[in-house]
Amino acid sequence: MSESTPTASQDAAVSYPGVRLADRTRRVDSNGLSLAVYEWGEESAPPLLLAHGGFDFARTFDVFAPLLADGGWRVVSWDQRGHGDSEHAALYSWQADVRDALAVLDATSREPVAAVGHSKGGGLLLGLVHALPERFTHYVAIEGLSAEPTGKGASLHSQARFTEAMVSDWLDHRRRVAGSKRRSDSLDGLARRRARMNPRLPHAWLRYLVSVGARHDADGWRWRIDPELRFGGVGPYRPAWTLRWLPEFPRPLLGILGSVIEGMSMGATPESLAPHLPDGARLETFEDAGHFIHIERPRCVADLVLGFLS
Amino acid sequence: MKTFLGHGKLTLVLHRIRSGSGRPLLLLHGLGERSPRSPEAEVADWPGPIYALDFTGHGESSLPVGGGYSPELLLADADTALAHLGVATLLGYGIGAYTALMLCGSRPKAARGAILCDGPGLAGGGAEPGPPAPPVSPPSRGGPPDPFALLELATDIRPPDFAERFVGMALRGSGLERPVSICAAERPAWLAGVLATAGASEASLPEALATYRECP
Repeated sequence: MSESTPTASQDAAVSYPGVRLADRTRRVDSNGLSLAVYEWGEESAPPLLLAHGGFDFARTFDVFAPLLADGGWRVVSWDQRGHGDSEHAALYSWQADVRDALAVLDATSREPVAAVGHSKGGGLLLGLVHALPERFTHYVAIEGLSAEPTGKGASLHSQARFTEAMVSDWLDHRRRVAGSKRRSDSLDGLARRRARMNPRLPHAWLRYLVSVGARHDADGWRWRIDPELRFGGVGPYRPAWTLRWLPEFPRPLLGILGSVIEGMSMGATPESLAPHLPDGARLETFEDAGHFIHIERPRCVADLVLGFLS
Repeated sequence: MKTFLGHGKLTLVLHRIRSGSGRPLLLLHGLGERSPRSPEAEVADWPGPIYALDFTGHGESSLPVGGGYSPELLLADADTALAHLGVATLLGYGIGAYTALMLCGSRPKAARGAILCDGPGLAGGGAEPGPPAPPVSPPSRGGPPDPFALLELATDIRPPDFAERFVGMALRGSGLERPVSICAAERPAWLAGVLATAGASEASLPEALATYRECP
């Protein structure tokens, strides 16, 4: 970790009810790229792989993961490449993220594990569980199943709908990104900017998020996420590709949705997903909850997950 | 002569393999290949300078760690070279042809025609993905070419309607009647789709070069 990474004492200065730091941290090598891994719970407990969403990081689970750990699980999460304390990569792709997830799994257990993914992490693990069912027992997707998305998520998850402006904007970003830095701000300022994407989350939580997901430089706080990463792209991915194979998903599946569609939502609704769910799959919707259900209602979501896994 | 171009954390090498007067011709190589040291006889009549770009993980350009390749990365590689040259006509082989197509649609004012030729990586991974497959890492590291590039750029999905959009963008933005010329004999689904659009036509390489040599 760099010297500018906030220390434990700085973390303690900005706390939040229910927060519990990881019991263990370690590094995993994924084909030469170093990933930061966090674990909550007894090391001898059955493993549960927990994947964060795009532009998040493992410590966004500092409240949710301990609840799962207290339910008897060894919760293992990691910062995806370019996020949190993991190494910034030269290249980013979905395929590379899935490979990184497998590297973390391989370094955790060769026995079948439970898996939980949020948002983009839900999509990553959905494909990994489907491809390697013998490595998993159950899967829970928290706002992690794609349909036809709306809002900002549309550019990220339905990139086939790109326009000339989107392509040139993305290429312009690529031209100027070398050596760029994320914009610095005060801790409160960064929390307020994050609130634009997460309007339902309390300011105190967002302040905590800044304290663990940003670094404090001489000119202020800036997110540690690689400046090369941004929403949107120009690839051909379309949600229908995922939905096509969903009916054949090979493991017990629980989908959790928030009823409020937000900017980062993947656009799925119970109605849009129902025709594609495999036999026996469960879909639970939390009314008056948004994309970050596990942060808005950590206890309720944890209880639902623990009940499903039991 | 070599020019080193920054692209994110990467350094790309753009080779000027022949001098000339007029609009540059930018060569984009196939998957696993590298820039030629000198121009082939088939492009010798091009009056302008001829440049060739080593894509990321190929030739003398950067070899990144841990993979993560996509055709969109190669598009941005080629766009970096185009930004340096200002304007150019594009001549792509294999995956370089797919890249040239995307670039001529994305930068229609600067890319004055794209010529698509056979070569490694022309087909990609088909028009639609199959069921999720286990992630695979190459058995060894090293290169160039980067084994991750060979693995990932041979399997990317190329829906025909996605490719066709770039022809439409090139038509609308370039003012050229036929911004895309297809010299390739191979016909993966994406290229068949492109050929069916207004704005793309079959041509021999000398015909295509002559067309774009004359265009404004």
